[in-house]
Amino acid sequence: MTQTVSRPARARSPLPLDVEAIRADFPILTRTVRDGKRLVYLDSGATSQKPRQVLDAERWFYENVNAAPHRGAHQLAEEATAAYEAARATIGAFIGAPEREIVFTRNSTEAINLVAYALSNAVTAKEPELRTYAVGQGDEIVVTEMEHHANLLPWQQLCERTGATLRWLGLTDDGRLDLSDLAEVVNERTKLVAVTQQSNILGTINPLGEITARAREVGALVHVDGAQSVPHQPIDVGELDADFLVFSGHKMLGPTGVGVLWGRYEVLDKLPPFLTGGSMIEVVRMEGSTFAAPPQRFEAGVPMTAQVIGLAAAVEYLQGLGMGKVEEHEKALTGYALERLAEIPGVTVIGPPDTVARGGAISFTVDGIHPHDVGQVLDDLGIAVRVGHHCAWPVVRRYGVPATTRATFYVHTGYDDIDALADGIRAAQKFFGTSEVR
Amino acid sequence: MQLESMYQDVILDHYKNPHGRGLREPFEAEVHHVNPTCGDEVTLRVHLEGDTIADVSYEGMGCSISQASVSAMYDLVIGRTVPQALETGEHFRTLMQAKGDLSVAAKLEDELEDAVAFAGVSKYPARIKCALMSWMALKDASARAMSVAHPTTPTEAKS
Repeated sequence: MTQTVSRPARARSPLPLDVEAIRADFPILTRTVRDGKRLVYLDSGATSQKPRQVLDAERWFYENVNAAPHRGAHQLAEEATAAYEAARATIGAFIGAPEREIVFTRNSTEAINLVAYALSNAVTAKEPELRTYAVGQGDEIVVTEMEHHANLLPWQQLCERTGATLRWLGLTDDGRLDLSDLAEVVNERTKLVAVTQQSNILGTINPLGEITARAREVGALVHVDGAQSVPHQPIDVGELDADFLVFSGHKMLGPTGVGVLWGRYEVLDKLPPFLTGGSMIEVVRMEGSTFAAPPQRFEAGVPMTAQVIGLAAAVEYLQGLGMGKVEEHEKALTGYALERLAEIPGVTVIGPPDTVARGGAISFTVDGIHPHDVGQVLDDLGIAVRVGHHCAWPVVRRYGVPATTRATFYVHTGYDDIDALADGIRAAQKFFGTSEVR
Repeated sequence: MQLESMYQDVILDHYKNPHGRGLREPFEAEVHHVNPTCGDEVTLRVHLEGDTIADVSYEGMGCSISQASVSAMYDLVIGRTVPQALETGEHFRTLMQAKGDLSVAAKLEDELEDAVAFAGVSKYPARIKCALMSWMALKDASARAMSVAHPTTPTEAKS
């Protein structure tokens, strides 16, 4: 499909990041798609692409160090352990956390399940201390209507296992959390509040301070889903006032197969394990066993060592760019994209209409064209977006749409990518014959 | 430009002017099928006269492929017996597994009529399930309708 859309010249401020230099670090961006088209990758919110530095780090580990960490006394085992633990320190420092509060999981989803299962495993824990946070009948767990399924289903299931009640904060028409009933929903019965820091579908950045303040008043734990925030903005858990923060390596330039649970040490220390097995033990006897201290208590089995090392390289890459700059970069792109989309008749953004407390996930609908079909036309032009309900089915239901098309940005995204998106939407309107009716 | 290979005019026509849309009475079975990866859904009713499909009525929301597919299916199965309709459904499934091989489509032209236009969809793995959803719903609904019509006849296990 070819189309020429004349654009009014506009003043665009230079982007905070050097997009061309960054693109040169991402081998995949040199390939073409759909008959020789430049890859316009606007699906970093689903998974990010990986810079060479991350790929090199994984290769370095396998070619030079590979061994199971925390087992064995040979030189490779020592070096693998040192590399694994150094990566833990790097990743911890990225969010302002000490090493002992960093637990490696497979991804955010597993990290959330770890906490949810620990809270129900607590009910039957042998040691009284590990029953501190047990959840049962009469207790309440609070989530929001904005959550990704990964931060909803584990809590729903926890409630079903334990007889606790799931409650939630609703949404306003402009894509924000409705906190008008916060004081009622988060109350003395609340054991834990699980909330996303940045919505994967609406882009909304939530006012966590208000929520954590209320949770502290009633003595509830606070669990923050950072899958869409940690990759995109500076985070310091010291300022977050939460008990848990989870994020996924693959959404922040790192490998798949590694995620992180940060937990406040004094809370982690009173939680029973989720998965059990090798390396998470203190003493094992046939009659029963005791567990290691955190974080090892939550890392059963040989870990995803190469991926952890790759994630540390991703963190160093992001630190090299500066997370403040990454955030500014995406804010500039988001503002530009919202402007460009607003110019197209029939396009409706689902989520906050401006860049105030908003990240770079932009979901939209196009009148008369189903999101799958929008995505198909964009794909034909080499533009990768996500379509569907984005694992946040209650959100699309709340806004009365069957699905949306979603564009997400990252460090290699430039104005040219957003221009391609806007032109692509117009091309879809032309293809499906919905543009001339305006 | 590969888009036209999928969005054949026949498909776009069915999408814009769907055949048989709307839920009607009478019916012996009604099913609701969803595509959990994208949220597309269809509610589909089957009315039998004997073993013959006298009516298929439906409501749904979804992309052009899923909506055009149910419309083309409607044209194909009305007036056929349930086994004939299910056999057509199997042909359609074969077409969806063709990975864009047009020789498969050529062989199935007589059986599938308009629905052979969906051949291009088989090149796009993510969209095949869109095209198949209505056929899955039909299979489910007709099995249920048969068990209503012939309560003692064992039918396939309902899912």
